[in-house]
Amino acid sequence: MIFWELFWHFFIIGLFTIGGGYAMLPLIRHEVVAEHRWITDQMFTDMVAISQMTPGPIGINTATYIGYSVVHGMGYGQFLSVLGSFTATFAVVLPSFLIVLAICRVYTRFNHSTIFTGTMSWLRPCVAGLIGAAAVILITPENFIDWKSWVIFVASFLVTMFTKFNPILTLLVCAGIGLLVY
Amino acid sequence: MMDGEKGCAPRVSLWELFWVMFKIGAFTVGGGYAMLLVIQRELTSRKWISEEDFPDLIALSQAAPGLLAVNISIFAGYKVRGNAGAVVATLGSCMPPFLIILIIAAVFGGYADNPYVVKAFKGMRPAVVALIAVPMIKMARAGCKAWWQWAVAAVALALVAFLEVSPVYILVVVIVIGVMFAVLREGRGKQ
Repeated sequence: MIFWELFWHFFIIGLFTIGGGYAMLPLIRHEVVAEHRWITDQMFTDMVAISQMTPGPIGINTATYIGYSVVHGMGYGQFLSVLGSFTATFAVVLPSFLIVLAICRVYTRFNHSTIFTGTMSWLRPCVAGLIGAAAVILITPENFIDWKSWVIFVASFLVTMFTKFNPILTLLVCAGIGLLVY
Repeated sequence: MMDGEKGCAPRVSLWELFWVMFKIGAFTVGGGYAMLLVIQRELTSRKWISEEDFPDLIALSQAAPGLLAVNISIFAGYKVRGNAGAVVATLGSCMPPFLIILIIAAVFGGYADNPYVVKAFKGMRPAVVALIAVPMIKMARAGCKAWWQWAVAAVALALVAFLEVSPVYILVVVIVIGVMFAVLREGRGKQ
């Protein structure tokens, strides 16, 4: 059943998101695109764009969007699609909720134990690699249709890397460029 | 620090808690980190969290899985009003993005074939890839000090990008290895 599957996959995604919103993208991409082919890589890219431009943590946005689209794409009506959104969003937050509450009860002050910092010294590079994989996977012929795409990619990369230019404005400028050149 | 309802401030109404978290959810645009200052101001000005406790709150929120802004709201909600506060705070911070995206998802379906929308997305897609690549590089620079850490990053990237291995398996393996090394090193340190 689709709702149970949405719940289970987004629960796993929430549980293994270590290091914030971007760390969630490779997980979502794997579960939703590679594993189930619920959506294509191109649709996933579009969803990330929309999530970036709208308020709210990117993980909540993508979960809500994908929950809706997956159920809607299967031919169900509006109400069930909204229920799909709710299921995915609830499932993605639930692990955080349970674990944070558990931590609240156990810790009185944050404990920089050597085991924790030691494990994080392995996890941080790993998460960086996973996010990198999401970027590499999304370099598809559908997303990069011609040389102009590469110019947009390099320019927005440099701007985001070396200036404090707002990523939302970057996306809006690129949308404008798309309207002009395509 | 995390002592439930025994906070320093007078008892906060659940409605006020919901409203503050709603604002945090509504204005956290483009990821949690950008809005840390706003969250800090909202929470410390109300004396829900003291200035000295805020770094601890961030550290705990980063250590727990999930999204930073949501984790912070769960912690703060619990601190202010216990379990009920945690539930209300989570609902508050998740509701604005949920509602906004629902509207967009319902409307966008009808416009996906519009030629202007198609052109705009052709322009945005390469930028999305760039926006994902940048945090990867920043995280790698901050997290990779030794050669073996670069190797961990490279292997994780290659396994997922080229062999379609599930990131979950990779994270589980890396956590197990990380804990083992840390325990071994601590054991050696004690001898």
